[in-house]
Amino acid sequence: MKISADREVCISAGNCVMAADAVFDQDEDGIVVLLVDDVPEEEEDHAREAVRLCPSQALRIVD
Amino acid sequence: MTQAPELPPLHMRRDTFNPTAELREIRETDGVRTITSAFGMDVFLVTRHEDVKTVLSDHERFSNGRPPGFVVPGAPNIPEEEQASARAGNLLGLDPPEHQRLRRMLTPEFTIRRMKRLQGRVVEIIDAQLDTMGKAGPPADLVANFALPIPSLVICELLGVPYDDRDDFQRRTARQLDLSLPIPERMELQRQGRAYMRSLVERARQQPGEDILGMLVREHGHELTNDELIGMASLLLLAGHETTSNMLGLGTLALLRHPDQLAAVRDDPDAIGPAVEELLRWLSIVHSAIPRITSTDVEIAGVGIPAGRLVFVSLPSGNRDPEFIDSPEVLDIRRGAPGHLAFGHGVHHCLGAPLARMEMRIAFPALLRRFPTLALAENFTDVPFRSFHFIYGLKSLEVAW
Repeated sequence: MKISADREVCISAGNCVMAADAVFDQDEDGIVVLLVDDVPEEEEDHAREAVRLCPSQALRIVD
Repeated sequence: MTQAPELPPLHMRRDTFNPTAELREIRETDGVRTITSAFGMDVFLVTRHEDVKTVLSDHERFSNGRPPGFVVPGAPNIPEEEQASARAGNLLGLDPPEHQRLRRMLTPEFTIRRMKRLQGRVVEIIDAQLDTMGKAGPPADLVANFALPIPSLVICELLGVPYDDRDDFQRRTARQLDLSLPIPERMELQRQGRAYMRSLVERARQQPGEDILGMLVREHGHELTNDELIGMASLLLLAGHETTSNMLGLGTLALLRHPDQLAAVRDDPDAIGPAVEELLRWLSIVHSAIPRITSTDVEIAGVGIPAGRLVFVSLPSGNRDPEFIDSPEVLDIRRGAPGHLAFGHGVHHCLGAPLARMEMRIAFPALLRRFPTLALAENFTDVPFRSFHFIYGLKSLEVAW
């Protein structure tokens, strides 16, 4: 599974890091950073949750 | 003459912790209905979880900005220039891209990593406050000794507000948000608040400290007017005072009414994370998000709303929508309630959410471990709820141990 993160749209709520800290991080400005190119299988549920929880819809599952 | 209303507007009515049945009835039938706001205006109230999200994530059709000439009935006539100055820097009243410009200046101060660095200081503040409460009672007022001072001390420290100014500030903001006071009085309090904040901003311009105001002056001072700095700081201070403190007071009462769940929060270190989320959902202390204005004709839940009308979204109702969560009326701290709307949704999602979460995750277990026999020291029916406040909560809470 691959995820795209739109750093322009991100509002730094931090919900993605709470939901899946193996997949997402925040840079010093609070903007989302993807930690992996491919989401490992065991993290897919967490990553899906993060996409669902993002308040600014900055995250998408791309494939 | 403005008289104190007998009942708060429909979307703010509660029966202790719970929204009233009237709100549920709207959610279960029409979904969207016109009600009368606290200012006597007709507004469209949106009550379902998905519809709340739709409104809050669509700033093109549901704008935070106010069209020219928009007036709140009963508000004193304020010159346009003064209004513009009072609006500057208030992120809640802005739409993208202007909103994003200001928000991005603040987000570095509220990252999860930044919160981890703050944690030690927050623990110290909480421990000191628990010492104070221990000396004050039993019995003691948990609101005055615990719920109010902790978030207040934390946000004042973050912003660089002198300790001695805290009491005045707290009194002013609490009254400012009390809907039973006449609008002119509340506007006067708002003016006093801004005058105070102006003094802090002017000081930070001269001598920027290590706090958020100092950071804003150092990093963005050339691109921000004093009005914007005042607006941003006022919003942070208000949001930092009035929200977490009410969650701590009301949340403690909720746990006292659910002793098995209280015991879990006290005894199981893994319980607090999900417990805070469920308390946020179940209590939904922010009765409605900032009103939006339709920029075009829209339809929500099959109800047509013409352009230029006010729309309220009910966060408590959205958070108790059975389409969102099973058994929504039940408090169940184990479930964690991911996707709740207590911090809002869309670009205005609470900036301070990581701070609020950290404070609550430390404060509730610390309180319950310091006073393992904590109990109500008054009848539940005598506990004074703040019925007329924009932010729901308790006026006081007598506890013993």
